[in-house]
Amino acid sequence: MAKKPLEFTLNGSPAAVFVEGGDNLLETLRRGVGDLTPKYGCGQGTCGTCTVLINGEPHLSCLTLAETVAGQSIETAASLADGPNLHPLQQNFMEGFAAQCGFCSPGMLMAAKSLLDKNPNPTREDVVEAISGNICRCTGYEAIIDAILKSADQRRAV
Amino acid sequence: MITVETYPSLREAAQASRGASFLGGGTLLMRAVNYAEEGLERLVRTTDPTLKEIRRDGSRIVIGAGVTMADVIRSQELEFLSSAARAVGGPAIRSAATVGGNLFANHPYGDFAVALLALDTFVVTVENQEIPLEQFLSGRDTFNGLVQSVLVAPAERGSLKFLKVSRVKPKGVSMMSIAVRLPPIGGRVQNARIAFGAMGPTPLRAKAAEAALEGQSLSDNTIEAAARVITQDLQPQDDPIASSWYRREVAAVHFKRLIQTGGY
Repeated sequence: MAKKPLEFTLNGSPAAVFVEGGDNLLETLRRGVGDLTPKYGCGQGTCGTCTVLINGEPHLSCLTLAETVAGQSIETAASLADGPNLHPLQQNFMEGFAAQCGFCSPGMLMAAKSLLDKNPNPTREDVVEAISGNICRCTGYEAIIDAILKSADQRRAV
Repeated sequence: MITVETYPSLREAAQASRGASFLGGGTLLMRAVNYAEEGLERLVRTTDPTLKEIRRDGSRIVIGAGVTMADVIRSQELEFLSSAARAVGGPAIRSAATVGGNLFANHPYGDFAVALLALDTFVVTVENQEIPLEQFLSGRDTFNGLVQSVLVAPAERGSLKFLKVSRVKPKGVSMMSIAVRLPPIGGRVQNARIAFGAMGPTPLRAKAAEAALEGQSLSDNTIEAAARVITQDLQPQDDPIASSWYRREVAAVHFKRLIQTGGY
């Protein structure tokens, strides 16, 4: 079957790829565009490590049919750092030992970014809810929650 | 090889959907696509904007089948359904999972439909046929058409209580979910509705318990009487989350807690 052209915005820049029927957004980002930050964990919407933002809203890229994002704006963890300068969320994840194996981190970071963009003053419960679809098998979550709350504090202080 | 067909209207999608799979939010169907399940050859979808509508129609609210759980939570008009919508997945699932899709979600999913069942919701098909949700659910495995919207009468503040019981905090699949529509404690019960999810092949009503409460004043005694017959109309199954026996044993406990504490 013929491949279909697909255009969208990825981290602020135009992106164009060919997709086949049934391709999900995760594979399209990883293999088509070469953005390897979203990870393939379960492929069934359970683990959350493929979380990206579509028009600012968190979505599971493995459960998103690629061609449904035509013309839309996608943000991945690749958008966070500015050259060598890490995003405050990344810096706090690193300093607070919120990443151990690091496999969940891209999804955690995007879920956290989505929360802080909408709610700059989250409670601990808000943070727990925001990352409730993201599984981490290393940290026990507390370090991740602390890192997100610290980032919110810093953002407010600026 | 899978082909994807996109139609501008639901009617055209319905005509094309014979023998195909209809893609709504994708949370159920894309899993099957990713795992290359057999029989998935054509995916049909539509960009019909009416599927995203939330609007008043007389005393009822029309909720388009493509309205997501995140849309429900954002809508002031649907505030009475927000706790049920929040019970569905994490934020990323809720941005995709739709009201229409939830009607077809087998256990351990489909908790939102439990709340709709307690509200005597009607399902509107693409042919504009209105089917009571209870009847729709009992035949959903053989349903051939497409759902356009659901029609729901708003619940008075505090009259609809919803609880999802899960073993993993903060979010896990439901061991059972319960929705009740009852007056406050001390009030006279009219048209009681008690619906359970994960306690049968589809969401089910606990009709014996509803009948035990009907016309009574809601009190510890009448709640106890309803709790004694709470599992009479339910058909809980054994699955990896809980045994049928366990579900029967704890159903009354969660039911009483939900009414007396308003959920937890």
